Amino acid sequence: MTADAASAPVDKAGGTALAGPPARGPRARTGASYLRYSAGKVGGAAVSLLAVLVTSFFLFRLVPGDPVKYMTGGRQVSAEQLAAYRREFGLDLPLWEQFTSYCGKALTGDLGTSYQFRAPVIDKITEALPNTLLLTGTAFVLYTALGVFLGTRSAWRHGRLGDRLNTGLALTLYSVPSFWLGLLLIIVFSVGMGPVPGLFPTGGMESGGKEGFAYTIDVAHHLVLPVVTLVAVEYGQTLLVTRSALLDEMGGDYLTTARAKGLRDDLVRRRHAVPNALLPTVTLIFVNLGRTVAGVILVETVFSWPGLGGLFYQALSVPDLPLVQGLFFVFASSVIVMNTLADLMYPLLDPRVGR
Amino acid sequence: MNPQDQHGRGHPRAKNRRSRVLGLLAAAITLWAGLATPLDPAPQRAEAADGRKVLTVAVAQSVDSLSPFLATRLVSTSIHRLMYEYLTNYDPKDAHAIPGLATKWTPSADKLTWTYTIRSGTKWSDGKPVTAEDAAWTFNTMMTDEGAATANASYVANFRKVTAPSPTKLVIELKKPQATMAALDVSIVPKHIWQGVTDFSKFNNDKSFPIVGNGPFVLTGYKPDSYVRLEPNKDFWRGAPKFDELVFKYYKDGDAAVAALRKGEVSFVSGLTPAQSASLENQENIKVNDAPGRRFYALATNPGARSKDGKRFGDGHESLLDEKVRHALFMAVDRETIIDKVFQGHAVEGQGYIPPRFSTYFWKPSASQELAYDPAKAAQLLDEAGYKKNGDGRRVGKNGKPITYRVLCHATEPNDKAVGQYLKEWWGRLGIGVTLNCLDNVTDPWLAGTYDLAFDGWSVNPDPDFVLSIHTCDALPATPDDVGATDNFICDKKYDDLYRRQLAEYDPAERADIVKQMESRLYDTGYMNVMAYPNAVEAYRTDQIKSIQTMPEDAGNIYGQDGYWSWWSAVPAASGESSGGSGSTGVVIGVGAGVVVLAGAGVFLAMRRRSTAEDRE
Repeated sequence: MTADAASAPVDKAGGTALAGPPARGPRARTGASYLRYSAGKVGGAAVSLLAVLVTSFFLFRLVPGDPVKYMTGGRQVSAEQLAAYRREFGLDLPLWEQFTSYCGKALTGDLGTSYQFRAPVIDKITEALPNTLLLTGTAFVLYTALGVFLGTRSAWRHGRLGDRLNTGLALTLYSVPSFWLGLLLIIVFSVGMGPVPGLFPTGGMESGGKEGFAYTIDVAHHLVLPVVTLVAVEYGQTLLVTRSALLDEMGGDYLTTARAKGLRDDLVRRRHAVPNALLPTVTLIFVNLGRTVAGVILVETVFSWPGLGGLFYQALSVPDLPLVQGLFFVFASSVIVMNTLADLMYPLLDPRVGR
Repeated sequence: MNPQDQHGRGHPRAKNRRSRVLGLLAAAITLWAGLATPLDPAPQRAEAADGRKVLTVAVAQSVDSLSPFLATRLVSTSIHRLMYEYLTNYDPKDAHAIPGLATKWTPSADKLTWTYTIRSGTKWSDGKPVTAEDAAWTFNTMMTDEGAATANASYVANFRKVTAPSPTKLVIELKKPQATMAALDVSIVPKHIWQGVTDFSKFNNDKSFPIVGNGPFVLTGYKPDSYVRLEPNKDFWRGAPKFDELVFKYYKDGDAAVAALRKGEVSFVSGLTPAQSASLENQENIKVNDAPGRRFYALATNPGARSKDGKRFGDGHESLLDEKVRHALFMAVDRETIIDKVFQGHAVEGQGYIPPRFSTYFWKPSASQELAYDPAKAAQLLDEAGYKKNGDGRRVGKNGKPITYRVLCHATEPNDKAVGQYLKEWWGRLGIGVTLNCLDNVTDPWLAGTYDLAFDGWSVNPDPDFVLSIHTCDALPATPDDVGATDNFICDKKYDDLYRRQLAEYDPAERADIVKQMESRLYDTGYMNVMAYPNAVEAYRTDQIKSIQTMPEDAGNIYGQDGYWSWWSAVPAASGESSGGSGSTGVVIGVGAGVVVLAGAGVFLAMRRRSTAEDRE
C-alpha cells in the first residue's frame, strides 16, 4: 500500500479516505478551484464560438465567385430574374444588413436556406451528419483502440523487432494518401483481384430498398472498406503519441518500485505506467473526436459516402453561402466543444492541471 | 487512474466485468466480420434475387431539387423528363420536334397565338386524367409566382396569356412571335397535386413517394447523394419501359464508378476520361460508347467589355479589337494536334458554332472563309495589322510594348491547361507572349472583362435559340455593375438582325438557314473560335443491357439525351448472362475463412485475457 502510494507521481485530491476531520477544507477548496477552472474554460469556448460565428460570415464572402451567376450558368436568364435571385438570397442588401440578419437568425438557431438545394441548412446538415458520424465514429473507436493498444506494446518492448515493425507499418500507412488506399481497397476487395473475391460494395452507404435488420446489415457491409481505410491511415498517429508518452514514463522510479513489489509486468504496464502516460493521448483523442464531425472528404468521395465532407465541397463550389457558413460553424464548434471537454477532463486525470 | 485506487477496489468483480467486456468485444469482432460478409454476394446485379431486372446508372452530380420549378442541373432535369411529359419531344434520329403530351401544335396567321391539341385518354399515375388544364396551370403558375419561375422563367417570358378552353385544347398567346414554341422543355405537373403548394421557392417535391407523374417512369424513392429509384409507368402511352426498375446510384469518384461497372454493380457509367475508356476498351461484357457530344470547346476573345448604357469597362488588349489579329491567332491554333494530343482522339475538330450532332443547324465555313491552320499566313496577317516584331522577335503593340495575352482558364479543367501550353508554344512562335491565368472560379475576371482570351464552352440544345442569344447586344449587362446574360460581351448589329429574324421565322427550313447565316457571321468576326466538339464517352454492360437507343440514332450518346429515349428503350439482357464480380463459391470460401480467422482471433484473445485474469487472483 505505502509503496503504491509513493509510486503515484501525483497524489490525487489529497487522499480522500486518509484525511480525517479537516477533510472538508481541502476538498471544498479543490472543488472551488475546479469550478473556477471550468468556468474559465467554458467561458473561453463560448467566446470562441461567437468568434467563429462572425468569422464564418466574412470568411466565405472572401471566396471569389458569384453564387447567382454560378446557379444560373448555362441557362437563359433575364436581368430581372438575376435581380430576383439576389433579392431572394438577400444579396442585394448592404453587407452590414446581411450580417445583422445572419447573426439574429443564427442566435435563434436558424442557419438560413441553402441557395442550391432550396432547403433549410439545418435540414441538409442533419441529413448528412448521422452518415458522417457513423463512418468517422466507427473508425475513431477502432483506430483509437488499435493505436493505444499497439502503442503501449511498442513502447514496452521498444527497440525490438516487434516495435520496429509496428511503428514502421504505422508510419507507412499514416503517410499513404487515403483516397489512393481507398481506391486500392475497392479494386482488390470490391471488384476482386486474382484469388481475392469481390466481397464488398464499390461505394455508397446502402443498396437501397432494404428495411429493418436487412438495412442494418447492408449499411454495415458498405461501412467496412471506408472504415478500414480510415483506421489504416489514422491509427499511426495515436500509436506514436501513446508510444512516446509511455517511453517518457518508462524510466520512472515508481515502476521499479512496482516491479520490486513483485507485480507481473503486464500489471505494471497497465495499472501504473499507462494511466500516467495517457494525458497526451487523451488530448489527441479529443482533437480527433472534434474532427470526426468535419468528416473526411477524400474517403467520403472515394467511397461515395453521403456525408458532410461532400456537402461542404458542393457548398464551396457555388459558393452556397448559408450552407458553407452553417457547416463551418458546425465543424468549428465540434472542435471547440471537444477541446473544452478535454480541458475539463484534465484536472480529473491529473490534478496538477487547473490548480 | 491512481494505482492505489485500482488496487484497493474489489478485484474479482472488476476482473469478471473485464472478461465479460472482452467476451463481448470478441463477439462484436465476430459479428462485425459476419456483417462484413455479404449475405447476397451480388446484390446489385441487373437481375435481383427476385428476378427483377434493374438498370443501375452511376451518377455524380447531386440533385438540386426534385421540383421541376426549381431544378436546373442536368441530373435533375433528366429525371424530370422520365417523370413528366413535356408538350413536345425530340426525335431520337435528328432531334426535330415530335408529339409528347401535345399531339399537334399550330400558330395563328398573325404568329401570336399557338394552339396545342392535348393527348386525350392519358392518366396521371394516381389515376386522374391528364388535361390541358394541367398544362395551363403549370404555365400560369410560372408566369405569376416568382418562386415557380426560378428554373424556367425564360420559357414564359414572352407569354401574354395561357388558357385551356377544353380538356384537349391549350392556347398560348404571345407578346412577340417566337419560333421555339415546339421546344418548351417544361415539365407539365398535375394541378390537383401541386395547387396545394404554398411556397414554390422552397417546395422540393421530395417528401412523399411515389411522386405522381405521367412520364415513362414513376419516381419511387430518393435519398440525397445515395440513390434515385424509379419504376416503369405501365400505362405510359408510348409503351412501358422494359426494365423493372431504374436506379441512379451515386458515385462521387469516377474511378470508383468504373470499378463498379467492372464488377457489374452498375450497368452504365458516363463521363469517362480517355484513360478510363482505354482501360475498359477490351473488357468482356462491356461496351464503350464514344459518341459525338453536344458541347463545343472554344477560345473566346474579349471584344472590349461594355454595357447596354454604352459604358466600356475591363481591360482587354486593344490589339484584339482588330479582326485580322483575331483571325491570325486562330490560324496559329493547330486543331488537329489538340484533338490528338489533348483529347486523345475523343473529340471532333471544331468548325461552326453548333456541333454536328444537331444536323439541322450544323454549319461549316466555306473554303474561302475558313481560318485553316496556317502559321505563316497568321504571321503575315499580324504584319499587315501593324503588329511587327521588334529586335527580340517579339510583336509590339501600339503602345510600343511587347504583346502578352492573358488567357483565362479553368483550374478544374485539365484540357484548358494542356491547350494553354500549346498556345504558349504556337503563339510564342508568332512573337506573342501568353500568360495562363488558371482559376478555380473564373467568374469574377470574366464578368469584369479583365482578360484577353478565355476558354469557353457551352452545351447546345436541339433548339439553338439560347446559345445564339448569349451573343446579342440585348444580353449585355445594363450597367457595368450589373450582370448580363452575355457570354463574352459580343455585340454585332448584323448578327442581332439575324437573331431577331430567326426567332420570328416559323418555317423550320427557313429558320435553319438564318441560324447558319448567324454562325457564319460569328465565325467571320473571330470572337468565338470553336476548337473542338468533345465526345461524350460512356460505357455499359452488355450482359445487363441488351440494347439501348442512342441519340442521334447513328453513333449517338446515352446519358443526358433530349428526351427519355435511352432509359425508356433499354432492353434487359437475357438472364444467366450476368457476370461481374467473381464466382459465388469463391465468395463463400473467402467469407468462411475470414469469419473463422476473426472468430478464432477473438476467442483466443478472450481466453488469453481470462487466463491472465485468473493468474492475478
